[in-house]
Amino acid sequence: MATPVLDKVEAESAASPYITVTFRIRRFNPEISDAVVWEDFQVEIDPKERVLDGLHKIKWDLDGTLTFRRSCAHGICGSDAMRINGKNRLACKTLIKDLNPEKPITVEPIKGLTVLKDLVVDMEPFFQAYRDVMPFLITKGNEPTRERKQSPEDRERYDDTTKCILCAACTSSCPVFWNDGQYFGPAAIVNAHRFIFDSRDEGGEQRLEILNDKDGVWRCRTTFNCTDACPRGIEITKAIQEVKRALITRRF
Amino acid sequence: MKIHKYDTVIVGAGGAGMRAAIEATKRSRTAVLTKLYPTRSHTGAAQGGMAAALANVEEDNWEWHTFDTVKGGDYLVDQDAAEILAKEAIDAVLDLEKMGLPFGRTPNGDIDQRRFGGHSRNHGEAPVRRACYSGDRTGHMILQTLYQNCIKEGVEFFNEFYVLDQLIVEVDGVKKSAGVVAYELATGEIHIFQAKAVVYASGGTGKFFKVTSNAHTLTGDGQAACYRRGLPLEDMEFFQFHPTGIWRMGILLTEGARGEGGILRNKDGERFMEKYAPVMKDLASRDVVSRSIYTEIREGRGCGPEGDHVYLDLTHLPPEQLDAKLPDITEFARTYLGIEPYTDPIPIQPTAHYAMGGIPTNVEGEVLSDNTTVVPGLYAAGEVACVSVHGANRLGTNSLLDINVFGRRAGIAAAEYSHQHDYIELPENPESMVVAQIENLRNSTGTERVADVRRELQETMDANVMVFRTEQTIKTAVEKIAELRERYKNVSIQDKGKRFNTDLLEAIELGNLLELAEVMAVSALARKESRGGHYREDYPNRDDVNFMRHTMAYREVGEDGSETVRLDYKPVVTTRYQPMERKY
Repeated sequence: MATPVLDKVEAESAASPYITVTFRIRRFNPEISDAVVWEDFQVEIDPKERVLDGLHKIKWDLDGTLTFRRSCAHGICGSDAMRINGKNRLACKTLIKDLNPEKPITVEPIKGLTVLKDLVVDMEPFFQAYRDVMPFLITKGNEPTRERKQSPEDRERYDDTTKCILCAACTSSCPVFWNDGQYFGPAAIVNAHRFIFDSRDEGGEQRLEILNDKDGVWRCRTTFNCTDACPRGIEITKAIQEVKRALITRRF
Repeated sequence: MKIHKYDTVIVGAGGAGMRAAIEATKRSRTAVLTKLYPTRSHTGAAQGGMAAALANVEEDNWEWHTFDTVKGGDYLVDQDAAEILAKEAIDAVLDLEKMGLPFGRTPNGDIDQRRFGGHSRNHGEAPVRRACYSGDRTGHMILQTLYQNCIKEGVEFFNEFYVLDQLIVEVDGVKKSAGVVAYELATGEIHIFQAKAVVYASGGTGKFFKVTSNAHTLTGDGQAACYRRGLPLEDMEFFQFHPTGIWRMGILLTEGARGEGGILRNKDGERFMEKYAPVMKDLASRDVVSRSIYTEIREGRGCGPEGDHVYLDLTHLPPEQLDAKLPDITEFARTYLGIEPYTDPIPIQPTAHYAMGGIPTNVEGEVLSDNTTVVPGLYAAGEVACVSVHGANRLGTNSLLDINVFGRRAGIAAAEYSHQHDYIELPENPESMVVAQIENLRNSTGTERVADVRRELQETMDANVMVFRTEQTIKTAVEKIAELRERYKNVSIQDKGKRFNTDLLEAIELGNLLELAEVMAVSALARKESRGGHYREDYPNRDDVNFMRHTMAYREVGEDGSETVRLDYKPVVTTRYQPMERKY
């Protein structure tokens, strides 16, 4: 006998969980046309499924040209940040039932980054800002033979900002970033925070100087869009405020 | 078409690729070609920990770790490689800490350690705390830390470059690596990377299963590229089914949940693992636990109206402990199942997780073209490779270890090789196979759809070559795969463009999956015994006389163009441990 297959019984259950949902997707392919169009697709879907499942149904069964990035499908790789019903989210972490399936679900690319095709944007400026804050441990002197010591309290101090998956949901939800792509943006500041408040790191001053720039932390207007958008639940606005405070007090 | 020249080219930017890149970039002009942005790789999905006998919280040593690895792999492990893995584990963890990895800490500030399946004190006496961790996102932190250090070292990445062909040139009767052919997703352009040394670190093949913890992008691209060029694949029948995937979705819930005290229960609330593994219980090796779960289900003790899953019970653990040690997986349960793990048990089932087999290498990461011959200039590390440190079943936390130990070794060896050797002349029209492959798909007017063929492949793999196998089920899979491979020739795509053509990408990936699924099924059919992750109901015992040897699968093309899988075998390296009955 083979390994039990789960789907056999499913078909027999009386009430189908499937509902019909309209996906309204912003389409753009400069290879074909410079025009942006909104296209509707009707999809049969279980409300417990993810928006990503809906996009896959469209791509696999209706229109193979629909283009988006995705990989892990459970909110850890950061590939599929999109603007869903006007809010930045990961398509793989947003369930249909948590939207209003009665109305069309709108899906468009994240804002503030150049759209390359459909839901795919140019991530390079985003990663450049990340690289610019020197997101790596900076230490002086000789390396210890064993591990560097760190108390559980010191480890906890920067725990929240280690969760970042670089999906860009925060940065591309920030009105300051929309207006000025030179602004480092929340994600880069979050990753600077992760090192500034790491007791092992000795590069805090350098990073703070980088963020003291005119395109640095002072551009933040504390609109909390980033905190709302973060699929990892990082308290981003708080982290940015802590960096601002560190700049003033030079204590971190 | 563009031609690039680098000393060292690394294919893949997960843990193994980036660990190799850090070393290779220090020593040679290196390019990393990656299908995904580096931080998207599936190393980031690993949760529970990385094993190393640091002995920070209790007595431990590398020899115990070696033994556990050999026993966990059901004695198919090459013991010289396992010893290197366990010995170098300690420096591998300390290196990551020095690179900045935020490990969990003990009250006195050392790296904390926790229990994990199959890791034991003194050769199986009791569970031992050996897994170094960072909450339940250890893989995420390793991936981020390695990427951060790649930035620090100035590693050169070619993001969203998909390697489709391995260039092999025969020089004086010796097969050598000349470089790779890659497809740039953004533009559709083909690039030749001429390189003195090439390192494959492109990950696993899990997407040929339906219920899997693997990312959509894990389609065995590196294995397929090498196999098609006549190189063997080792031990492909050995695939790990992780006991605790989220029911129906397959999303991984770390073994660390059981390391923290979580318990598996059947519909009667019984802690059934006590029956199957009296000492290690819920922390027996993964193959043992997965079989036990399906035995419970088959004997009518599964949970839910259809009796098709069991429970992972964390309700007796304090919420503070879950928040501190298992925040991500408890959130998965809330997000995807609407279940509160503080108060309700989580429905789980085994999920296809990890390929023990892959491109055969020696302990320096050099790829083998048969049982002993090295392919000069070609290296592999991580899940794509088979060293073999995992044998027939990998222990939890040994894969994050593998990518660091053997990623580092392969990166150093490749860079040193490129220092000592010159470029091999490229073959004539090096791009020809890739161009033909892409044009065939783009111009095809066939009637088959990629999604249909892939769905049927995944269904037959789940039904026939998963946790339990028999001659009959495997034969069913072999026949079905042959049919699907035939139908694949008639596949067409809708997107005919050059820009970000993910329709084309998925079609190519499916071709890789089909080819590797066939290798797996054919290898499984021939192995008439049960060992580790390969369980044959018609041959339920391990057969050391006939099968304590590695499978080596070669692609053979007949004069009429027909393809078959030819099997050969390779002896296991045994140093200090003679095979014993495996009990947990």
